[in-house]
Amino acid sequence: MEHYNMNLTLKVWRQKNSETKGRFETYEVKDISSEMSFLEMFDVLNERLIEEGKDPIAFDNDCREGICGACSMYIDGRAHGPWKKNTVCQLHMRAYKDGDTIVVEPWRSAAFPVIKDLMVDRKAFDRIIQAGGFISVNTGNAADANALPVDRAKSEEAFNAAACIGCGACVAACPNGSAMLFVSAKVSQLALLPQGEPEKNTRVLNMVGQMDKEGFGNCGNIYNCEAECPKGISVENIARMNREYLGASLSSEI
Amino acid sequence: MALDAKIPEGDLAQKWTNYKDHVSLVSPANKRKLEVIVIGTGLAGASAAATLGELGYKVKAFCFQDSPRRAHSIAAQGGINAAKNYQNDGDSVFRLFYETVKGGDYRSREANVYRLAQVSGNIIDQCVAQGVPFAREYGGLLSNRSFGGTQVQRTFYAAGQTGQQLLLGAYSALERQVALGNITMYARHEMHDIVKIDGKARGIIARNLVTGKLERYFGHAVLICSGGYGNVFYLSTNAMGSNVTAAWKSHKKGAYFANPCFTQIHPTCIPVTGDHQSKLTLMSESLRNDGRIWVPKNKDEKRKAVEIPHNERDYYLERRYPAFGNLVPRDVASRAAKERCDAGFGVGTTKMAVYLDFADAIKRYGKQALHKKGLKDESDETITQLGKEVIAEKYGNLFEMYEKITGENPYNVPMRIYPAVHYTMGGLWVDYELMTTVPGLYSLGEANFSDHGANRLGASALMQGLADGYFVIAYTLSRYMAGEIRTDAIPVTHPAFEETETAVKERIEKLMNVKGKESVESFHKRLGKIMWEKCGMARNAKGLTEAIAEIKNLREEFWNNVKIPGEIFEMNPELDKAGRVADFLELGELICIDALNRSESCGGHFREESQTPEGEALRKDDEFSYVAAWEYTDHGEVMHKEDLHFEVAKPSQRSYK
Repeated sequence: MEHYNMNLTLKVWRQKNSETKGRFETYEVKDISSEMSFLEMFDVLNERLIEEGKDPIAFDNDCREGICGACSMYIDGRAHGPWKKNTVCQLHMRAYKDGDTIVVEPWRSAAFPVIKDLMVDRKAFDRIIQAGGFISVNTGNAADANALPVDRAKSEEAFNAAACIGCGACVAACPNGSAMLFVSAKVSQLALLPQGEPEKNTRVLNMVGQMDKEGFGNCGNIYNCEAECPKGISVENIARMNREYLGASLSSEI
Repeated sequence: MALDAKIPEGDLAQKWTNYKDHVSLVSPANKRKLEVIVIGTGLAGASAAATLGELGYKVKAFCFQDSPRRAHSIAAQGGINAAKNYQNDGDSVFRLFYETVKGGDYRSREANVYRLAQVSGNIIDQCVAQGVPFAREYGGLLSNRSFGGTQVQRTFYAAGQTGQQLLLGAYSALERQVALGNITMYARHEMHDIVKIDGKARGIIARNLVTGKLERYFGHAVLICSGGYGNVFYLSTNAMGSNVTAAWKSHKKGAYFANPCFTQIHPTCIPVTGDHQSKLTLMSESLRNDGRIWVPKNKDEKRKAVEIPHNERDYYLERRYPAFGNLVPRDVASRAAKERCDAGFGVGTTKMAVYLDFADAIKRYGKQALHKKGLKDESDETITQLGKEVIAEKYGNLFEMYEKITGENPYNVPMRIYPAVHYTMGGLWVDYELMTTVPGLYSLGEANFSDHGANRLGASALMQGLADGYFVIAYTLSRYMAGEIRTDAIPVTHPAFEETETAVKERIEKLMNVKGKESVESFHKRLGKIMWEKCGMARNAKGLTEAIAEIKNLREEFWNNVKIPGEIFEMNPELDKAGRVADFLELGELICIDALNRSESCGGHFREESQTPEGEALRKDDEFSYVAAWEYTDHGEVMHKEDLHFEVAKPSQRSYK
């Protein structure tokens, strides 16, 4: 791969904490290598801010290999930036060229309040899982793992849904701030497996109930969520969840 | 203090059963009154918290991330071992035990490893019941693959995201207990110290990372499940936040630190590209099932990899180790890569890389697929296409990750890889019950030292984390808790909490008040450079002695010149990092002291002074068949030995030839 260096203008959302108002600040960064990751570019900027006696930009990140789901930047109007099926930490600077201006914001959603700068609070997702994103099997209760064969195609579909990293890009990308893709991924994973069968009705009702309580918006069939999802979670999961929900609502009325 | 590992009596195969049959139990009514603190929510922490919550203990779980689901276990790719013998290929509990002890180069404790192998099957059962979507065959049964250091297929996997799926299973179980009120979860909290009362661990001081405030928490017992310390090398495959702080604070409060120099350098990682590099990314060992590792035979090779004919390639692992070939254990594969690169045969711009090539596997799988479809005489292109589809199914996400980072497509050109720090076998010394030398203070998973000896086999970290958390701690903690049923919860106004909090507060203020000129990051990088160059893949007495002096100086410089922006009472990631780097600066010295003391080579610890004529690691069993457990004292680290006895797996020179 050919590599090159570039100078960039960054417009970054700065906000001291959840109580204060935020604003955009502009920074010029120089000699950025195309081999750097986007977050390494932020590291370089932060080192400079520290040297200048300024407050570095706070942003969530941890694994830097696209799997923990911590990183969360809204870049030029796109959750996780310009690349398809990608997290910010895996975005590399070869996506940009010399002279580019890049606007970076936190996830914007009523259910994800800003903690500082680009960091938001995503505990709402944990609470949705608490409402039913599990199979109730205590340690030691399990039968032999091969006692129950699972249809391979269904198992693969369950795996595809389970690939969700809980980053919240689906919410950030949705004009309504809907969390349907996140919730439906977990509902689908467990509904597709025979192990999840006994609790399938209560699970979907409780998880959707909690999702509504958290203040996430409704799905408007826009599908930005699927387009921006770093793991390519399909909106088919939303359709499946709706079916599950309907079925569960009907059966619970009997 | 004499080190008593508390290994149960009896035959190796009966020890754990005997232990479970006779361990004291705690009644459900009493469990409700007993509180447990769990530090870290990776595989070990989350599984322990969930299991103890299910049993009725009152659990408080802590993680520094914004959610317990983000712990770095999530990044484990390749798989998890279990002695299920579903493949009917000769696997057994004994064989898993034996290969783990051998793979660890005879520096682990037999009884622990045997127990690990015994419970390995239960882990798979538990995870499947939780809805972990492991890979399956067409008949609907579970699929397996091979990993290094073994000749059977016992590794269960979920594409290249096994750690993620296992962790989300444990996380779901944890959140279920949160909903039931059995666990209180404290995310964005970092443990800063252990509170000891009458010699026992009774709680912690934690810092709320959002407000910066110090908080006190009581527990009848404290479990350190905070993972490994690979980030002492600055560049590693660990997450940015992975740190040694909880384990190191425990060490300073009396928990011995065992075999700190046993660090694992993983052979297949994406090479460093420049100074900006903040972390290294692993390419799963499972790739060595199908990828062939090679370098050009010609030192000044200018051609592209695909243009170099087979007879001008040196498949050096297959050449040196015909029996195991590309599937030799990690330590062996890493050193072999270093040897070729040091000799000038490396590839890529930096010449510090070797090829991991899938072209042959693509061809082989393509032909198989052709056969399956009943097709014949198809073009090479079709075969390649079919082969790529099979590879994509097995390793798709890894190939994507590689392409995102390097901009090269590994379906068409070989990957370039080089070894990187990945895992630490050393950690807090624990006995058979996973208790440290501080009563009531336990350590699980990578944070402890117990099961992997001097080298961990692939797909065994997930196994150990979950074994400790799901199947071991519930019993062993019960023994301790049975003696605590008369201890009421101690109010956090107790003077011990007061004093510990004051000490923590003063340290944070001291850090902030240095007001020097150099950033935390810069100090961390400098420490990493010393560690990698002098205590990395090859170590010698001269280098280690220098490293010890250099780290001491660097530490002093840090405390006189570190620059931390911002305030204490706010979200301040630089301050969080400063505390962690300060601890790494102490740990780094201990690693070098331990490496200097152990003048033998074993597993991942390679002392240049101790090698066979062929350049393989040479153990000195008569001198070093012990665990080095270090005690922190006012006048430096003092070593205690736990002698290792091998009654069943008799030590021999490891051979993968």
